[in-house]
Amino acid sequence: MAGLGMRDIKRRIKSVNSTKQITKAMELVSSAKLRKAKESLEKTKYYFETMGDTIRDIVQNTKGIKHEYLTSREIKKTGYVVITADRGLAGGYNSNIIKAAISHMEEKPRKSVIAVGTKGRDFFKKRHYDLDGEFVHVSENPSFTVAQKIGRLSMDLYKQELVDEVYLVYTEFISTINQKQKVIRLLPLEVDAVGNGEAKRTNITYEPSPEVVLDYLVPKYIDSMIYGAMVESATSEQAARRVAMENATDNAEEMISSLKLQYNRARQASITQEIAEIVGGAEALK
Amino acid sequence: MASKFHLQIITPTKTFFDEEIEMAVVRTIDGDMGILRNHIPLVTPLSVGIIKLKSEGTTREAAIAGGFVYVERAKTVIMTDAAEWPEEIDLNRAEKAKERAETRLKAPGGEIDTMRAEIALNKALNRINVAQKR
Repeated sequence: MAGLGMRDIKRRIKSVNSTKQITKAMELVSSAKLRKAKESLEKTKYYFETMGDTIRDIVQNTKGIKHEYLTSREIKKTGYVVITADRGLAGGYNSNIIKAAISHMEEKPRKSVIAVGTKGRDFFKKRHYDLDGEFVHVSENPSFTVAQKIGRLSMDLYKQELVDEVYLVYTEFISTINQKQKVIRLLPLEVDAVGNGEAKRTNITYEPSPEVVLDYLVPKYIDSMIYGAMVESATSEQAARRVAMENATDNAEEMISSLKLQYNRARQASITQEIAEIVGGAEALK
Repeated sequence: MASKFHLQIITPTKTFFDEEIEMAVVRTIDGDMGILRNHIPLVTPLSVGIIKLKSEGTTREAAIAGGFVYVERAKTVIMTDAAEWPEEIDLNRAEKAKERAETRLKAPGGEIDTMRAEIALNKALNRINVAQKR
Protein backbone atom coordinates (compact mmCIF):
# COMPACT_ATOMS: atom_id res chain seq x y z
CA MET A 1 0.00 0.00 0.00
CA ALA A 2 2.53 2.49 1.21
CA GLY A 3 5.10 1.29 -1.33
CA LEU A 4 2.79 2.06 -4.23
CA GLY A 5 2.13 5.54 -2.85
CA MET A 6 5.86 6.04 -2.58
CA ARG A 7 6.44 5.03 -6.15
CA ASP A 8 3.71 7.39 -7.34
CA ILE A 9 5.14 10.30 -5.43
CA LYS A 10 8.57 9.56 -6.78
CA ARG A 11 7.22 9.64 -10.32
CA ARG A 12 5.52 12.97 -9.69
CA ILE A 13 8.72 14.44 -8.31
CA LYS A 14 10.59 13.31 -11.38
CA SER A 15 8.06 14.85 -13.76
CA VAL A 16 7.87 18.16 -11.90
CA ASN A 17 11.63 18.22 -11.82
CA SER A 18 11.93 17.86 -15.57
CA THR A 19 9.37 20.63 -16.05
CA LYS A 20 11.44 22.78 -13.74
CA GLN A 21 14.54 22.12 -15.80
CA ILE A 22 12.76 23.29 -18.92
CA THR A 23 11.40 26.47 -17.36
CA LYS A 24 14.77 27.19 -15.81
CA ALA A 25 16.44 26.82 -19.19
CA MET A 26 13.85 29.10 -20.79
CA GLU A 27 14.38 31.63 -18.05
CA LEU A 28 18.11 31.68 -18.72
CA VAL A 29 17.60 31.97 -22.45
CA SER A 30 15.19 34.85 -22.13
CA SER A 31 17.44 36.63 -19.62
CA ALA A 32 20.20 36.55 -22.18
CA LYS A 33 17.86 37.73 -24.90
CA LEU A 34 16.46 40.40 -22.63
CA ARG A 35 19.92 41.77 -22.01
CA LYS A 36 20.55 41.98 -25.74
CA ALA A 37 17.16 43.53 -26.42
CA LYS A 38 17.66 46.08 -23.66
CA GLU A 39 20.97 47.12 -25.15
CA SER A 40 19.50 47.73 -28.56
CA LEU A 41 16.53 49.51 -27.01
CA GLU A 42 18.80 51.88 -25.15
CA LYS A 43 20.74 52.62 -28.30
CA THR A 44 17.68 53.34 -30.41
CA LYS A 45 15.41 54.93 -27.85
CA TYR A 46 17.04 58.33 -28.04
CA TYR A 47 16.76 58.48 -31.82
CA PHE A 48 13.06 57.67 -31.76
CA GLU A 49 12.31 60.03 -28.94
CA THR A 50 14.11 62.85 -30.70
CA MET A 51 12.45 61.92 -33.96
CA GLY A 52 9.03 62.01 -32.33
CA ASP A 53 9.70 65.29 -30.54
CA THR A 54 11.12 66.95 -33.62
CA ILE A 55 8.29 65.91 -35.88
CA ARG A 56 5.65 66.93 -33.34
CA ASP A 57 7.43 70.24 -33.00
CA ILE A 58 7.48 70.78 -36.73
CA VAL A 59 3.90 69.71 -37.20
CA GLN A 60 2.72 72.03 -34.46
CA ASN A 61 4.18 74.88 -36.40
CA THR A 62 2.48 73.96 -39.63
CA LYS A 63 -0.82 75.55 -38.82
CA GLY A 64 -2.63 76.44 -41.96
CA ILE A 65 -0.74 73.99 -44.08
CA LYS A 66 -2.99 71.47 -45.73
CA HIS A 67 -1.52 68.04 -46.04
CA GLU A 68 -3.24 64.72 -46.41
CA TYR A 69 -1.37 63.22 -43.46
CA LEU A 70 -2.39 66.00 -41.12
CA THR A 71 -6.05 66.61 -41.80
CA SER A 72 -8.49 64.16 -40.34
CA ARG A 73 -11.54 63.05 -42.26
CA GLU A 74 -14.72 61.31 -41.30
CA ILE A 75 -13.94 57.96 -39.68
CA LYS A 76 -15.53 55.12 -41.56
CA LYS A 77 -12.91 52.49 -40.98
CA THR A 78 -10.02 52.28 -38.55
CA GLY A 79 -6.79 50.43 -39.16
CA TYR A 80 -4.76 48.90 -36.36
CA VAL A 81 -1.16 47.80 -36.33
CA VAL A 82 -0.98 45.31 -33.46
CA ILE A 83 2.43 44.11 -32.36
CA THR A 84 2.44 40.76 -30.58
CA ALA A 85 4.97 37.99 -30.07
CA ASP A 86 5.58 35.00 -32.31
CA ARG A 87 5.71 32.62 -29.39
CA GLY A 88 3.74 32.08 -26.24
CA LEU A 89 4.82 31.18 -22.72
CA ALA A 90 5.33 34.82 -21.92
CA GLY A 91 2.81 35.20 -19.15
CA GLY A 92 0.10 37.68 -19.95
CA TYR A 93 2.13 39.50 -22.57
CA ASN A 94 0.17 38.46 -25.66
CA SER A 95 -3.27 38.44 -24.12
CA ASN A 96 -2.71 41.84 -22.51
CA ILE A 97 -1.77 43.51 -25.76
CA ILE A 98 -4.64 41.88 -27.63
CA LYS A 99 -7.02 42.94 -24.86
CA ALA A 100 -5.78 46.50 -25.12
CA ALA A 101 -6.36 46.46 -28.87
CA ILE A 102 -9.83 44.93 -28.58
CA SER A 103 -11.01 47.38 -25.95
CA HIS A 104 -9.83 50.27 -28.10
CA MET A 105 -11.59 48.81 -31.13
CA GLU A 106 -14.93 48.62 -29.37
CA GLU A 107 -15.88 52.21 -30.11
CA LYS A 108 -14.98 51.98 -33.78
CA PRO A 109 -17.66 51.12 -36.34
CA ARG A 110 -15.42 49.19 -38.69
CA LYS A 111 -11.88 48.07 -38.28
CA SER A 112 -9.09 46.15 -39.91
CA VAL A 113 -5.86 44.80 -38.53
CA ILE A 114 -2.27 44.61 -39.64
CA ALA A 115 -0.94 41.83 -37.46
CA VAL A 116 2.70 41.69 -36.44
CA GLY A 117 3.64 38.40 -34.78
CA THR A 118 2.01 34.98 -35.12
CA LYS A 119 0.07 35.18 -31.85
CA GLY A 120 -1.83 38.26 -32.89
CA ARG A 121 -2.36 37.01 -36.41
CA ASP A 122 -3.83 33.70 -35.19
CA PHE A 123 -6.09 35.50 -32.75
CA PHE A 124 -7.52 37.94 -35.28
CA LYS A 125 -7.76 35.35 -38.03
CA LYS A 126 -9.68 32.96 -35.86
CA ARG A 127 -12.19 35.64 -34.99
CA HIS A 128 -12.60 36.71 -38.60
CA TYR A 129 -11.28 40.21 -38.32
CA ASP A 130 -10.29 42.00 -41.51
CA LEU A 131 -6.59 41.37 -41.97
CA ASP A 132 -4.87 43.93 -44.16
CA GLY A 133 -1.50 42.35 -43.72
CA GLU A 134 0.52 40.04 -41.57
CA PHE A 135 4.16 40.12 -40.62
CA VAL A 136 5.31 37.08 -38.72
CA HIS A 137 8.60 35.76 -37.33
CA VAL A 138 9.91 39.24 -36.80
CA SER A 139 9.14 39.84 -33.15
CA GLU A 140 12.45 38.79 -31.69
CA ASN A 141 14.70 40.60 -34.10
CA PRO A 142 12.93 43.73 -35.29
CA SER A 143 14.41 45.06 -38.50
CA PHE A 144 13.99 48.47 -40.00
CA THR A 145 13.14 46.98 -43.38
CA VAL A 146 10.08 45.25 -41.95
CA ALA A 147 9.07 48.43 -40.16
CA GLN A 148 9.30 50.26 -43.48
CA LYS A 149 7.11 47.65 -45.13
CA ILE A 150 4.49 48.00 -42.41
CA GLY A 151 4.73 51.75 -42.68
CA ARG A 152 4.31 51.72 -46.44
CA LEU A 153 1.35 49.38 -46.20
CA SER A 154 -0.45 51.51 -43.65
CA MET A 155 0.24 54.69 -45.62
CA ASP A 156 -1.06 53.08 -48.81
CA LEU A 157 -4.23 52.01 -47.06
CA TYR A 158 -4.66 55.49 -45.71
CA LYS A 159 -4.01 57.17 -49.03
CA GLN A 160 -6.45 54.94 -50.88
CA GLU A 161 -9.02 55.76 -48.20
CA LEU A 162 -9.41 52.10 -47.28
CA VAL A 163 -8.88 53.22 -43.72
CA ASP A 164 -9.40 56.70 -42.34
CA GLU A 165 -7.09 56.48 -39.37
CA VAL A 166 -4.30 54.18 -38.25
CA TYR A 167 -3.49 53.23 -34.68
CA LEU A 168 -0.39 51.50 -33.42
CA VAL A 169 -0.79 49.08 -30.51
CA TYR A 170 2.37 47.96 -28.75
CA THR A 171 3.90 47.24 -25.35
CA GLU A 172 6.13 49.83 -23.83
CA PHE A 173 9.05 48.55 -21.81
CA ILE A 174 9.30 50.37 -18.49
CA SER A 175 11.24 47.82 -16.46
CA THR A 176 11.69 44.07 -16.33
CA ILE A 177 8.66 43.67 -14.12
CA ASN A 178 6.61 46.49 -15.58
CA GLN A 179 5.38 46.82 -19.15
CA LYS A 180 2.59 48.98 -20.36
CA GLN A 181 0.25 48.53 -23.31
CA LYS A 182 0.02 51.62 -25.45
CA VAL A 183 -2.24 52.72 -28.26
CA ILE A 184 -1.11 55.70 -30.31
CA ARG A 185 -2.48 57.25 -33.45
CA LEU A 186 -0.15 57.18 -36.42
CA LEU A 187 -2.34 58.70 -39.10
CA PRO A 188 -3.47 61.37 -39.40
CA LEU A 189 -0.71 62.86 -37.29
CA GLU A 190 -1.79 63.94 -33.86
CA VAL A 191 -1.50 67.66 -33.63
CA ASP A 192 -2.26 68.49 -30.04
CA ALA A 193 -1.65 72.16 -30.55
CA VAL A 194 -5.15 73.01 -29.38
CA GLY A 195 -4.35 72.87 -25.69
CA ASN A 196 -0.84 74.18 -25.65
CA GLY A 197 -0.52 76.42 -28.66
CA GLU A 198 2.65 77.96 -27.39
CA ALA A 199 3.22 81.35 -28.81
CA LYS A 200 6.97 81.18 -28.32
CA ARG A 201 7.33 79.10 -31.44
CA THR A 202 8.25 81.29 -34.32
CA ASN A 203 7.89 80.71 -37.97
CA ILE A 204 9.98 77.94 -39.29
CA THR A 205 11.25 78.03 -42.81
CA TYR A 206 10.65 74.95 -44.89
CA GLU A 207 13.06 74.33 -47.71
CA PRO A 208 12.09 73.94 -50.48
CA SER A 209 8.41 73.99 -49.41
CA PRO A 210 6.30 72.74 -46.48
CA GLU A 211 4.65 70.12 -48.69
CA VAL A 212 7.96 68.64 -49.81
CA VAL A 213 9.28 68.61 -46.28
CA LEU A 214 6.18 66.91 -44.89
CA ASP A 215 6.08 64.44 -47.77
CA TYR A 216 9.57 63.47 -46.78
CA LEU A 217 9.23 63.59 -43.02
CA VAL A 218 5.91 61.92 -42.34
CA PRO A 219 6.78 58.52 -43.87
CA LYS A 220 10.07 58.65 -42.02
CA TYR A 221 8.31 59.45 -38.80
CA ILE A 222 5.87 56.59 -39.24
CA ASP A 223 8.56 54.08 -40.11
CA SER A 224 10.57 54.99 -37.08
CA MET A 225 7.56 55.00 -34.78
CA ILE A 226 6.78 51.48 -35.93
CA TYR A 227 10.37 50.37 -35.60
CA GLY A 228 10.62 51.92 -32.15
CA ALA A 229 7.42 50.16 -31.11
CA MET A 230 8.76 46.87 -32.43
CA VAL A 231 11.96 47.23 -30.42
CA GLU A 232 10.00 48.16 -27.29
CA SER A 233 7.67 45.20 -27.79
CA ALA A 234 10.54 42.77 -28.35
CA THR A 235 12.15 43.89 -25.10
CA SER A 236 8.85 43.65 -23.25
CA GLU A 237 8.27 40.17 -24.63
CA GLN A 238 11.57 38.89 -23.30
CA ALA A 239 11.00 40.57 -19.97
CA ALA A 240 7.51 39.10 -19.66
CA ARG A 241 8.78 35.64 -20.57
CA ARG A 242 11.63 35.87 -18.14
CA VAL A 243 9.32 36.78 -15.28
CA ALA A 244 6.80 34.10 -16.25
CA MET A 245 9.47 31.43 -16.39
CA GLU A 246 10.98 32.56 -13.12
CA ASN A 247 7.60 32.17 -11.46
CA ALA A 248 7.12 28.76 -13.05
CA THR A 249 10.51 27.62 -11.76
CA ASP A 250 9.69 28.88 -8.28
CA ASN A 251 6.36 27.09 -8.31
CA ALA A 252 7.99 23.87 -9.45
CA GLU A 253 10.50 24.11 -6.63
CA GLU A 254 7.74 24.63 -4.11
CA MET A 255 5.86 21.65 -5.46
CA ILE A 256 8.94 19.46 -5.32
CA SER A 257 9.64 20.33 -1.71
CA SER A 258 6.08 19.57 -0.63
CA LEU A 259 6.15 16.30 -2.59
CA LYS A 260 9.45 15.38 -0.95
CA LEU A 261 7.91 15.90 2.47
CA GLN A 262 5.04 13.67 1.48
CA TYR A 263 7.45 11.08 0.17
CA ASN A 264 9.48 11.03 3.36
CA ARG A 265 6.35 10.68 5.45
CA ALA A 266 5.22 7.75 3.35
CA ARG A 267 8.66 6.17 3.63
CA GLN A 268 8.70 6.54 7.38
CA ALA A 269 5.20 5.12 7.68
CA SER A 270 6.21 2.06 5.70
CA ILE A 271 9.30 1.49 7.88
CA THR A 272 7.27 1.83 11.05
CA GLN A 273 4.76 -0.64 9.72
CA GLU A 274 7.48 -3.13 8.84
CA ILE A 275 9.00 -2.92 12.33
CA ALA A 276 5.58 -3.38 13.88
CA GLU A 277 5.08 -6.48 11.75
CA ILE A 278 8.43 -7.97 12.76
CA VAL A 279 7.86 -7.21 16.42
CA GLY A 280 4.40 -8.70 16.13
CA GLY A 281 5.84 -11.85 14.48
CA ALA A 282 8.51 -12.26 17.19
CA GLU A 283 5.94 -11.78 19.88
CA ALA A 284 3.80 -14.54 18.39
CA LEU A 285 6.72 -17.02 18.45
CA LYS A 286 7.21 -16.67 22.21
CA MET B 1 37.16 82.92 -32.31
CA ALA B 2 33.87 82.61 -34.08
CA SER B 3 30.76 82.02 -32.04
CA LYS B 4 29.52 78.50 -31.76
CA PHE B 5 26.27 76.62 -31.80
CA HIS B 6 25.24 73.20 -30.66
CA LEU B 7 24.93 70.45 -33.25
CA GLN B 8 23.62 66.95 -32.73
CA ILE B 9 23.79 64.23 -35.33
CA ILE B 10 21.60 61.32 -34.33
CA THR B 11 21.38 57.94 -36.05
CA PRO B 12 19.20 54.98 -35.07
CA THR B 13 22.17 53.19 -33.55
CA LYS B 14 23.93 56.03 -31.73
CA THR B 15 24.43 59.72 -31.19
CA PHE B 16 27.08 60.30 -33.78
CA PHE B 17 27.99 63.88 -32.92
CA ASP B 18 27.08 66.12 -30.01
CA GLU B 19 29.32 69.18 -29.77
CA GLU B 20 29.59 72.92 -30.08
CA ILE B 21 30.86 73.92 -33.48
CA GLU B 22 31.34 77.07 -35.52
CA MET B 23 29.95 76.05 -38.85
CA ALA B 24 28.32 73.09 -40.49
CA VAL B 25 27.91 72.62 -44.22
CA VAL B 26 25.22 70.12 -45.09
CA ARG B 27 24.05 68.83 -48.44
CA THR B 28 20.33 69.42 -48.74
CA ILE B 29 18.21 68.19 -51.60
CA ASP B 30 18.60 71.66 -53.13
CA GLY B 31 22.35 71.93 -52.73
CA ASP B 32 24.89 72.75 -50.05
CA MET B 33 23.88 74.94 -47.15
CA GLY B 34 26.02 76.44 -44.45
CA ILE B 35 24.71 76.77 -40.90
CA LEU B 36 26.15 79.31 -38.50
CA ARG B 37 25.04 80.46 -35.07
CA ASN B 38 21.64 82.16 -34.97
CA HIS B 39 20.45 80.61 -38.17
CA ILE B 40 16.77 81.13 -38.87
CA PRO B 41 14.63 78.14 -37.71
CA LEU B 42 14.47 75.79 -40.63
CA VAL B 43 13.61 72.26 -41.66
CA THR B 44 14.90 70.64 -44.81
CA PRO B 45 15.57 67.13 -46.06
CA LEU B 46 19.16 66.11 -46.75
CA SER B 47 20.46 64.15 -49.67
CA VAL B 48 23.09 61.46 -49.41
CA GLY B 49 26.35 63.31 -49.15
CA ILE B 50 29.10 64.86 -47.13
CA ILE B 51 28.76 67.02 -44.06
CA LYS B 52 31.55 69.42 -43.14
CA LEU B 53 32.02 70.42 -39.53
CA LYS B 54 34.20 73.42 -38.81
CA SER B 55 35.50 74.10 -35.35
CA GLU B 56 38.64 75.75 -33.96
CA GLY B 57 40.18 76.12 -37.39
CA THR B 58 39.91 72.45 -38.32
CA THR B 59 37.39 70.96 -40.68
CA ARG B 60 36.13 67.45 -40.33
CA GLU B 61 34.09 65.57 -42.87
CA ALA B 62 31.67 62.73 -42.50
CA ALA B 63 29.46 60.70 -44.80
CA ILE B 64 25.75 61.04 -44.22
CA ALA B 65 23.04 58.81 -45.66
CA GLY B 66 20.14 61.19 -46.11
CA GLY B 67 17.86 62.34 -43.34
CA PHE B 68 16.85 65.84 -42.41
CA VAL B 69 18.14 68.84 -40.55
CA TYR B 70 16.10 70.82 -38.04
CA VAL B 71 17.54 74.16 -37.04
CA GLU B 72 16.12 75.55 -33.81
CA ARG B 73 17.07 78.59 -31.77
CA ALA B 74 18.90 76.60 -29.13
CA LYS B 75 20.39 73.83 -31.20
CA THR B 76 20.51 72.10 -34.53
CA VAL B 77 19.56 68.48 -34.93
CA ILE B 78 20.38 66.24 -37.86
CA MET B 79 18.48 62.98 -37.96
CA THR B 80 19.97 60.51 -40.39
CA ASP B 81 19.88 56.79 -41.17
CA ALA B 82 23.65 56.51 -40.97
CA ALA B 83 26.68 58.71 -40.40
CA GLU B 84 30.33 57.73 -40.57
CA TRP B 85 33.74 59.35 -40.23
CA PRO B 86 36.03 58.52 -43.16
CA GLU B 87 38.13 56.19 -41.03
CA GLU B 88 35.05 54.24 -39.98
CA ILE B 89 33.98 53.39 -43.49
CA ASP B 90 34.40 49.82 -44.60
CA LEU B 91 35.59 50.34 -48.15
CA ASN B 92 35.18 46.69 -49.12
CA ARG B 93 31.62 46.65 -47.93
CA ALA B 94 30.84 49.85 -49.81
CA GLU B 95 32.37 48.47 -53.02
CA LYS B 96 30.31 45.33 -52.70
CA ALA B 97 27.17 47.33 -52.05
CA LYS B 98 27.92 49.38 -55.14
CA GLU B 99 28.28 46.28 -57.31
CA ARG B 100 25.12 44.81 -55.87
CA ALA B 101 23.16 47.95 -56.55
CA GLU B 102 24.49 48.18 -60.09
CA THR B 103 23.49 44.65 -60.98
CA ARG B 104 20.09 45.23 -59.45
CA LEU B 105 19.65 48.37 -61.52
CA LYS B 106 20.33 46.42 -64.71
CA ALA B 107 17.84 43.73 -63.82
CA PRO B 108 14.21 44.49 -64.61
CA GLY B 109 12.27 45.34 -61.50
CA GLY B 110 9.42 47.39 -60.19
CA GLU B 111 9.56 51.09 -59.62
CA ILE B 112 10.31 50.69 -55.93
CA ASP B 113 13.12 48.23 -56.61
CA THR B 114 14.80 50.62 -59.00
CA MET B 115 14.40 53.46 -56.55
CA ARG B 116 15.88 51.43 -53.74
CA ALA B 117 18.80 50.29 -55.85
CA GLU B 118 19.50 53.88 -56.82
CA ILE B 119 19.50 54.98 -53.20
CA ALA B 120 21.77 52.09 -52.27
CA LEU B 121 24.10 52.97 -55.11
CA ASN B 122 24.19 56.59 -54.02
CA LYS B 123 25.02 55.66 -50.46
CA ALA B 124 27.78 53.30 -51.57
CA LEU B 125 29.30 55.87 -53.91
CA ASN B 126 29.17 58.51 -51.21
CA ARG B 127 30.97 56.24 -48.75
CA ILE B 128 33.64 55.36 -51.29
CA ASN B 129 34.04 59.02 -52.08
CA VAL B 130 34.51 60.08 -48.49
CA ALA B 131 36.75 57.15 -47.65
CA GLN B 132 39.10 57.84 -50.52
CA LYS B 133 39.63 61.42 -49.42
CA ARG B 134 41.20 60.55 -46.09
